[in-house]
Amino acid sequence: MSPSRSPSTQPEAAVRGRAKPGGAPLPLLDPASAALLHGQYDNMLSCIRCGLCLSVCPTYQISFAEEEGPRGRIAMARAVAEGHLPLTPDMVEHSQTCLLCDACTAICPAGVHMEPLGTMMRELFLRDRPHGRRERLLRWFVFRKLFADMGRFRRVCGLGRFYQRGGARWLLRRLGVFRLFGLTTLEQLVPAMPHRFLVPRGQRWQAAGGTPNRQIGLFAGCIMSTAYAETDRATARMLARSGAEVVAVADQGCCGALHVHNGEAEGARILARRNIDAFARLPDAAVVVNAAGCGSTLKGYGHLLRDDPAYAERAVAFAARVRDVNEELAGAALPEATTRLDITVTLQEPCHLAHAQRIREAPRALLKAVPGLSLVEMDEPALCCGSAGIYNVLHRDRADTLQARKIENVRTSGAPVVVTSNPGCQLQLEAGLAQAGLGGRVRVRHIVDVLDEAYGGASAGDVIEEPAR
Amino acid sequence: MLSEALRAELRRIVGSAQVHDQPGQLVAYSLDGTFAQDPPDVAVTPATTDEVAQIVRLAAREKLSVLPRGAGTSLAGGAIPIGGGILLSLARMNRIIEIDTANAVAIVQPGVVTADLQAAVEKLGLFYPPDPASLNQSTLGGNVACNAGGPRCLKYGVTKDYVLGLTVVLADGSVLKLGGKLVKNVTGYQLVQLFVGSEGTLGAITEIVLRLRPLPRQRSTAAAYFDTLEHASEAVAAIIAAGILPVTLEMMDNTTINVVEDYLQMGLPRDAEAMLLLEQDGGDEAAARADVERMAEVCRCHDAVSVEVAAGPAQRDALWKARRAVSGALGRVRPNKLGEDIAVPRSEVPEMVRRVRQIARDTELPIAVFGHAGDGNLHPNILFDRRIEGEMQRVELAAAAIFRAALALGGTLSGEHGIGSLKKEFLEEDLGPVAVGLMRGIKQVFDPQGIFSPHKVFPERGGSARADFLRALPSLDGWTPG
Ligand SMILES: Cc1cc2nc3c(=O)[nH]c(=O)nc-3n(C[C@H](O)[C@H](O)[C@H](O)COP(=O)(O)OP(=O)(O)OC[C@H]3O[C@@H](n4cnc5c(N)ncnc54)[C@H](O)[C@@H]3O)c2cc1C
Ligand code: SF4
Ligand code: SF4
Repeated sequence: MSPSRSPSTQPEAAVRGRAKPGGAPLPLLDPASAALLHGQYDNMLSCIRCGLCLSVCPTYQISFAEEEGPRGRIAMARAVAEGHLPLTPDMVEHSQTCLLCDACTAICPAGVHMEPLGTMMRELFLRDRPHGRRERLLRWFVFRKLFADMGRFRRVCGLGRFYQRGGARWLLRRLGVFRLFGLTTLEQLVPAMPHRFLVPRGQRWQAAGGTPNRQIGLFAGCIMSTAYAETDRATARMLARSGAEVVAVADQGCCGALHVHNGEAEGARILARRNIDAFARLPDAAVVVNAAGCGSTLKGYGHLLRDDPAYAERAVAFAARVRDVNEELAGAALPEATTRLDITVTLQEPCHLAHAQRIREAPRALLKAVPGLSLVEMDEPALCCGSAGIYNVLHRDRADTLQARKIENVRTSGAPVVVTSNPGCQLQLEAGLAQAGLGGRVRVRHIVDVLDEAYGGASAGDVIEEPAR
Repeated sequence: MLSEALRAELRRIVGSAQVHDQPGQLVAYSLDGTFAQDPPDVAVTPATTDEVAQIVRLAAREKLSVLPRGAGTSLAGGAIPIGGGILLSLARMNRIIEIDTANAVAIVQPGVVTADLQAAVEKLGLFYPPDPASLNQSTLGGNVACNAGGPRCLKYGVTKDYVLGLTVVLADGSVLKLGGKLVKNVTGYQLVQLFVGSEGTLGAITEIVLRLRPLPRQRSTAAAYFDTLEHASEAVAAIIAAGILPVTLEMMDNTTINVVEDYLQMGLPRDAEAMLLLEQDGGDEAAARADVERMAEVCRCHDAVSVEVAAGPAQRDALWKARRAVSGALGRVRPNKLGEDIAVPRSEVPEMVRRVRQIARDTELPIAVFGHAGDGNLHPNILFDRRIEGEMQRVELAAAAIFRAALALGGTLSGEHGIGSLKKEFLEEDLGPVAVGLMRGIKQVFDPQGIFSPHKVFPERGGSARADFLRALPSLDGWTPG
């Protein structure tokens, strides 16, 4: 018994405390797991337990439970690292319910970085409790096959078009892809597929009649280049209008965000190497991306590949070239917009833009520059909408609560348009608005689509698209 | 470990989602803003005064200890459930019940976060001044229990000056209502004030009536840098002597300036021995500005190396940025820190800082000093790494020496953080045996079984402080879940 628990001279001595601790020592972690924990131990130790992060953590704000907040999650991870706590079911649950939104990271005065800590824990859980055969197979298919090969991904997304016409529900079910994530929820979240995907093959865009002032490699993304292909095209046009020659670099693929966030770091590394190789074709160009989640993952390639001798340095150099479309456009000299948009919009800030990349002023500045447009701020614009990759499918109750809170904030803003810049947020907002019966009244738009409209869109003819050379 | 029957009873009271008794959950509730750690047997998050009363009744029947907790930001180890028992988190009771503009009074539940109340009343042109640096996360219940203060308290007073009424669940589970919306009330002993600063040892606060003031809408701010601490302290004394009562008079010493500069690289003068942050507020911009200009002039007369008066809100924010960054910046230097909170008469501030410097040299530990120069409340922060052999012993030596230096200068152990579990062994050295005896008597009246917050405030060793008072605090070592 430690000295502080010895009987005191106080009246309090009559009070029953906990029985003497003891019991069997914890089972030792295998070396690989211990190494994972070790890699994040200094990060855990940086937490000074000040509790400031509680004020911004979405899961704490809907529960007011310490184990659902950053400080509690760090304490649990640390207790595991120090051998006080095994991977108990509750510990695993509260760690997995972290949205990895990095709201805590952005506000932490002591420099704790939640994203690498949270993703490390997920890797650890996978090692500790490998999934059953069927789920393993499914994970292998989704993470190593589906998202690993853009050709295959586009074919499945093509099925999505077919699916939406009502014919192939059974096929997707049979495929089992979405069972991994819980099909019923996913059905609502499958986006409407456009007719023309954007397949990056080296095609180029530039403003008609000008000489480009710089080159940009467009990161097309997996969901963006399929479900939101038109937004990718609008992005290319907007960048071209800002004076760049934009290239949809061939052989690029998915960024690996879903992998990283679901404990599949190895799968993510395969994708990261491929993207680094692909963009090596434009060694001096900025890599511009219009999905906040992809942007923060691409900017994290240095960390992801830190132990890969062949790629570690290249990954750092690549990450330094990555720019979110908001920061690129806000920092560039755009000509005056040509079209007045008399609309009122409100801004939903994606976690991976506002917190992970700390870009908060750029989207506001871009919107305010649009003639006629008025921006009204909603309450809690940077509070997670509950999408968080596939979180909305894995932790439905929490995601639903956050979604409802976000929709309420949108509703009370009174704006008929919500602007954001991340596909997960777009889907989550659309599903939430539909559920709240606001589907017809409030539209969700990517910021680039709004900007592109202010410049006359595709029909303006001010940007020329050249096929791959 | 509580019996299943008791846990079931708790679940009946608050609902199963609000009973936190799994191993990871217990770890999450084992800590506060210090380095010490001890898990409770169970944490509960009730929603009403009635639920709190039922929990305390159960605890009284079973002779289980109860530790009330707000946001767990205590810097005195006050929110650590030492020895286990029931951790009673009031964080979910976070409703602002009423803002009465006619009487300038707010009624709140204890879990309301300080900044949330401030924002709500400011919308109505009212003002709740107490501003602990933790205001974005600390709860009003915790502020009342610790009698929290902050930079603005030089001019506006501390939390106790704003508490008009309380609802408290007593140790037998009965509910006591004290005071109300009355600004003047001398009927009987001032029991409300007895609960302010009682650190959860006398009962659980479940409702608070707070006094509000009119909102001063204008602020003006300046920073002054000095090459000796004496000059800075003389400037502070001269400002007060000149009849100016600024809203803020904060000081940072050379170590603090350098730690912040390492972190922010904002161009602070690294060789300055002291920085003063000066602010005045009021209804009239010109008047606030005039006070700040006068303070700036006083600083120049006392050999300030440089003085910057903020031209607008952006510059003001830049000046505050350094002060606000202190806590986090300190956390980046070494893995652990012990934030002390001594208070000395204003005139002794330079001597106190000098003694702390000497202690830092003697113990070979970095100690940064910053705090509220205007009211003599200083925060020497000892920076260390618990994992290094022998370092904890030196931290103990340093902390004890700091307490004793403060007492020798006519000061006290704590200006605003409270005694908690960290400083309890020094209580008698500060107050003397008679006062501590009276306090024990009061505790006995309110809580004869010793249900509330055992192992806090009162020294457990009887006599003088022991050498290993920090190492005697619990950690997770020796704890196994289940
Ligand atoms: C970065 C940082 C800066 C800080 N700056 C300041 C500062 O400038 N000034 C200052 O005064 N303090 C400061 N503190 C200390 C701390 O924030 C205050 O003591 C605060 O009042 C504690 O509030 P809490 O809600 O976190 O309470 P907790 O830490 O949860 O509890 C503190 C104490 O109050 C008791 N308690 C809490 N709620 C109740 C209740 N409802 N009924 C009965 N007892 C209760 C607990 O038992 C415990 O003894 C700071 C802390 C941090 C981490
Ligand atoms: S804000 Fe940072 S240091 Fe403070 S409790 Fe949260 S993670 Fe820890
Ligand atoms: S990343 Fe987001 S959800 Fe996770 S702990 Fe931090 S703030 Fe909370």
